[in-house]
Amino acid sequence: MTVVSLHAAPAAFDQRRTAQALLLLAALLTVGRNVLPDQLARLPEAMVIPFAHWINAVFAFLRDDLGLMSLTRAFSDMVEFCLDVTANLLYGKARWPRVGPIPWVVIAATAATVGHALGGRRLAVLAGGTFVWIALMGQWQWAMETLSVIVVAAPFSVLLGLALGTLAWRFRAAERVLNPLLNIAQSLPHFAYMIPVVVFIGVGPKAGAIVTIIFSVPPMIRLTLLGLRSVPPEIIESGKMSGATRWQLMTRVRLPAARTELLIGVNQVIMQSLAMVVLASFIGMPGLGQKLLQLLQALKIGLSFEIGLTIVLLAILLDRMSKAWAYRQPVHHAQGAAWVRRHPHLVVWLGLTAVGFALAALHPFFAEIERKQALSLAGPIDAGVDALLTVIAPVAEWLRWFLITWVLIPLRDAFLWLPTTAVLVFVAAIGWRVGGRRSALVCLGFVLPIALSGWWDRAMITVYMVTVSVVLALLIGVPLGLVAAARPQRAARMLLLCDTMQTFPSFIYLIPVIMLFGVNDVAVIAAVVVFATVPILRYTIEGLRGVPPELVEAAEMSGASRGQMLRHVKLPLAVPTLLVGANQSIMFSLFMVIIAAFIGTQDLGQEMQRALSSADVGKGLVLGFAVAFIGLLADHVLLTWSRGRVALLSSRAT
Amino acid sequence: MSDQDSVISCHNLWKVFGPGRMPDLGPATTAEELRASGHIAAVRNVSLSIKRGEMLVVMGLSGSGKSTLVRCFARLLDATSGAVMVEGRDIGAMTEPELIDLRRRKMGMVFQSFGLLPHRTALENVAFPLEMRGQDRNSRIARATEMLSLVGLKGREGYFPHELSGGQQQRVGIARSLAVEPDIWFLDEPFSALDPLIRREMQDEFLRLKAMVAKTIVFITHDFDEAIRLADRIAIMKDGAVEQCDTPERIVMAPATEYVAKFTSAIDRARVVRAGALARPARGQSVEGGALPAQATLHEIARQVVSDPRPHLPVTAADGGLLGLMDRAEALDIILGPAA
Ligand SMILES: Nc1ncnc2c1ncn2[C@@H]1O[C@H](COP(=O)(O)OP(=O)(O)OP(=O)(O)O)[C@@H](O)[C@H]1O
Ligand SMILES: [Mg+2]
Repeated sequence: MTVVSLHAAPAAFDQRRTAQALLLLAALLTVGRNVLPDQLARLPEAMVIPFAHWINAVFAFLRDDLGLMSLTRAFSDMVEFCLDVTANLLYGKARWPRVGPIPWVVIAATAATVGHALGGRRLAVLAGGTFVWIALMGQWQWAMETLSVIVVAAPFSVLLGLALGTLAWRFRAAERVLNPLLNIAQSLPHFAYMIPVVVFIGVGPKAGAIVTIIFSVPPMIRLTLLGLRSVPPEIIESGKMSGATRWQLMTRVRLPAARTELLIGVNQVIMQSLAMVVLASFIGMPGLGQKLLQLLQALKIGLSFEIGLTIVLLAILLDRMSKAWAYRQPVHHAQGAAWVRRHPHLVVWLGLTAVGFALAALHPFFAEIERKQALSLAGPIDAGVDALLTVIAPVAEWLRWFLITWVLIPLRDAFLWLPTTAVLVFVAAIGWRVGGRRSALVCLGFVLPIALSGWWDRAMITVYMVTVSVVLALLIGVPLGLVAAARPQRAARMLLLCDTMQTFPSFIYLIPVIMLFGVNDVAVIAAVVVFATVPILRYTIEGLRGVPPELVEAAEMSGASRGQMLRHVKLPLAVPTLLVGANQSIMFSLFMVIIAAFIGTQDLGQEMQRALSSADVGKGLVLGFAVAFIGLLADHVLLTWSRGRVALLSSRAT
Repeated sequence: MSDQDSVISCHNLWKVFGPGRMPDLGPATTAEELRASGHIAAVRNVSLSIKRGEMLVVMGLSGSGKSTLVRCFARLLDATSGAVMVEGRDIGAMTEPELIDLRRRKMGMVFQSFGLLPHRTALENVAFPLEMRGQDRNSRIARATEMLSLVGLKGREGYFPHELSGGQQQRVGIARSLAVEPDIWFLDEPFSALDPLIRREMQDEFLRLKAMVAKTIVFITHDFDEAIRLADRIAIMKDGAVEQCDTPERIVMAPATEYVAKFTSAIDRARVVRAGALARPARGQSVEGGALPAQATLHEIARQVVSDPRPHLPVTAADGGLLGLMDRAEALDIILGPAA
């Protein structure tokens, strides 16, 4: 290790010198903005490359000349058929098989039984309770519209992910092609997926389902690959020695042995589907998301709060259930146990279902709760919020004014004032600092297309919002993490909270901030900050918890005070983990900023919404890639930096 | 020994792990040369031949390449150079269907870390090889149940691997390898996780099985007592090469290299050496009085040797005829250790 660091030292020195020189150049360009030629401040119009036209041309070609339309139509017809079936069963849409709707008591009982089978009494209560709440609050129809799409989209995604993941596992070349695609796909904002789907499929539940399928495939591919790779070699060898053919080996050894990873993939698919289904309201997908969008736009806080709660409950429920399924270990039954004994949940479920249908036949209340019979908390909530607002209004008002006039607007103007060339040089400097010439080139490769796309100013507004949010999130998250990590129990509780909050669809975070700040930039920033604080908090705690206890003991024996311990031992060691958290935080912020565009921002998100409503694929994808590149740039810088830190720490330790 | 009666044989077998192109391998290639290019020779220039019904025990320190050698025999790993012949056929040249067929009908293997399928019950694990070859459900369940009770796991058929102890899992692995009645049986430290009592029981069971059906067995162990009890021949490996492959007695009495001598130095010779090995031709010397059986180890006849005052003791062969005479002093040296 010492040998390595000796060799690394001059390189690191050079790296720093070059980076400093580049930084100086960036500073000069910035300072001299007013005297330097305009071409350095903004790339001239002539240099803008018409990416959007090219993409549109490609899509037109795909649509009209390649017969891709008929392929997508076949696929979407299949999806539509499945959607009709679930829609009929869940909320009685007049389609084949025309047996629905299933009474809500039966669905609630089913959920509770499944919950019990997977996770015992607590999950049973959560599952049953969620559906009873949905029914009693009169949200049944919307919730079922949402669920009917998830029920169809998730299996499609899982199968698609399994197939592609297996392909990548089997053929190196496929993996090499898929990997960068997945990286980009996972940093493309939700809207970027919607626009092509609108072009090919149109709007409505079918489009919502298909965009959900596409959006939730990537994690399944990743986890399939991971799962297949991590099957212990001896298990595979024992399969081979048993004389299994390749197919038998795949279906009876590899896939079952990778069960946990695959089911974690299923969990991710479900959570991504929920997030997307809610957002698909922007392309006419009915259900909870659409209702929430309408209510938020009408500023009906109480009602949107109710729907938000339902979405949160569903998110927690789906997450807990699928995780419980993933981690469940099979258990044996006593020998010769009766069928009833071996399948207790099935028996209970059959009984409950029978009772449910009987109740529904006796009284319509148990079949369907009409809107006017439903309970509503909206009145009291609105009253409460109003009371709260009158108390905090002066503070909130002042805060909003202060933030807008003294922080946000000056910062935004500053970001917009920066010469494009200065930003390019600056990015190259950062890249060079963390990873030498290669990183500098990678970073430029991400920024240059944005500069050439003609959306520079919009992108700078997005960057400014993300920067402000992430800085605030760091200011809040790191100290909070420090406090939480001080006690193991507190840390565990906080981590659980973070885990839970991360399962919520991003949309949910808009409800409280709109309630507090109304519809403006401050609300957007506030929502993004809350959303972005969660990963920082989480990784701060994990970074601090990951510090080896013997190091802490050694420092204690050296007589370090608590402050010294934190500054000199714990924080430096936690930095690599923290950087990973910051990276995730930036990703989350980017997505959230784009989503929040409908509240009224002037960044890439707003343009994306315009592209969405005019179904302009070229523009939409260019904007989507711009967002993705910002994210990938941050990802590259932070992860390279984090890796460098880890290497540094381990080389020092030896 | 000719190749005709050998079930498994290998000639100049090499297995080299490492990145990139494999270096050229000759008998003179050393481990150091390979290590310099970033390669590890797990099996180095091994030539062996195992007869039908023979039991070869492979011993050696951790990392000496025992498991790798056996994996090459079963073609779980492709040899880097050299060939493995199984029943006269080059296993490296077999097509996939041929290989699958060979494993389904002829081979069984017990793995060092069990290799049980986590999602199947003990019974289903044992029945797995039968399922692979398409046997019907009832007969495979019957066979698997029988195998499980053979290894003493009656009543645990429905348990999943994670519900079983290490030793129980290992026994499931043994039962699975026996389910297809293999002719060739590879066992990679099959008794390592068993307690001494069950271990002894399993060894007895093992010997009984071996006597009943002529299986060709390659057995890896770290336990010398076990090796001596079971082995026809022992191969001692060091850094991938076989240092000596011989009968237990010759390994102990006539170590081929210093390494083998050191490796076997702690062994109680009396438990290895049989009376027959010490018998010299009688050359007309008169013998009367009690004789010793040739196949008994000195340990078993120690009492007689110590208490019998004659300088030369008669040794009789299995058929009752006189084999020769044993020098009592030599025998006492082995039993009690050389006189100081
Ligand atoms: N798949 C592999 N890739 C690289 N090296 C390997 C691989 N398998 C084994 N080796 C190396 O080959 C050598 C021999 O390993 P092997 O497992 O055959 O040892 P062993 O004699 O069975 O040891 P043990 O008694 O611990 O089981 C070791 O140095 C090991 O590191
Ligand atoms: Mg081994």
